[in-house]
Amino acid sequence: MLIEIVASVLVLLGGAFTLVGSIGLVRLPDFFTRLHAPTKAATLGVGGIVAAGLVQSAAAGTMGLRELAIALFLFITAPVSAHLLSKAVLRHRDPPGS
Amino acid sequence: MSRVLPQPLVSLMILALWIAIAPSPSLGQVVLGSVVALAIPWFTHPFWPDPPRLLRPGVAALLFLRVIWDIVVANVEVARLVLGPADRLHPVFIELPLEIDDPFVATILASIITLTPGTLSVDIDRARRVLLVHALDVADVPATIDTIKRRYEAPLKEIFGC
Repeated sequence: MLIEIVASVLVLLGGAFTLVGSIGLVRLPDFFTRLHAPTKAATLGVGGIVAAGLVQSAAAGTMGLRELAIALFLFITAPVSAHLLSKAVLRHRDPPGS
Repeated sequence: MSRVLPQPLVSLMILALWIAIAPSPSLGQVVLGSVVALAIPWFTHPFWPDPPRLLRPGVAALLFLRVIWDIVVANVEVARLVLGPADRLHPVFIELPLEIDDPFVATILASIITLTPGTLSVDIDRARRVLLVHALDVADVPATIDTIKRRYEAPLKEIFGC
């Protein structure tokens, strides 16, 4: 019972941060500020859901290696995709500050 | 560094990950994982810079925990900015002078900057040794540069001795 509650709270937290990331995409004024919302929210959003999975698999007596692998991939790919997006935009625009 | 195994450590990591993700560990999965673990470094090693030696694993573990904590703080902070009044933001571009020369370590620093509070790595200017960072809401640019240097760059220099 306790485990289900903890896992549910983590899933809800993860979902809330993902939602905030999406709201940020809509509300923030330009490309670079918009980029902030999903790169951060996606990490903790998915992070929360992965943590819930970890709690569940720990309760079931397994190691939860799959969840850890998901978290690892996410932490490596989020900065790289943000970097590629911003590099692409810089190429097609005047450099900042000009 | 042999021809068959250009990066033994990377191969080992890929194999371990493959088995960890596999639905059930079996001999077939180990064989399949080994093929992938051999093939990926073979294709990607021309893109890899020589990774420097990890000199201070203890400092690395501390930095890892600090970054995890900062990611949580970053999310709360960004959530507050996103849901608050948008016209009060002060987005700026910051040119961060790099002391790190090694491309591998500089990449780690850039990734940490992207994942942590209100900052995003945009571009690395290797010739001028400047990292272009976009900040979501910063009033004091020198203080931000100082924080990044103290919190992340200094430990990275210590960890890899560069």
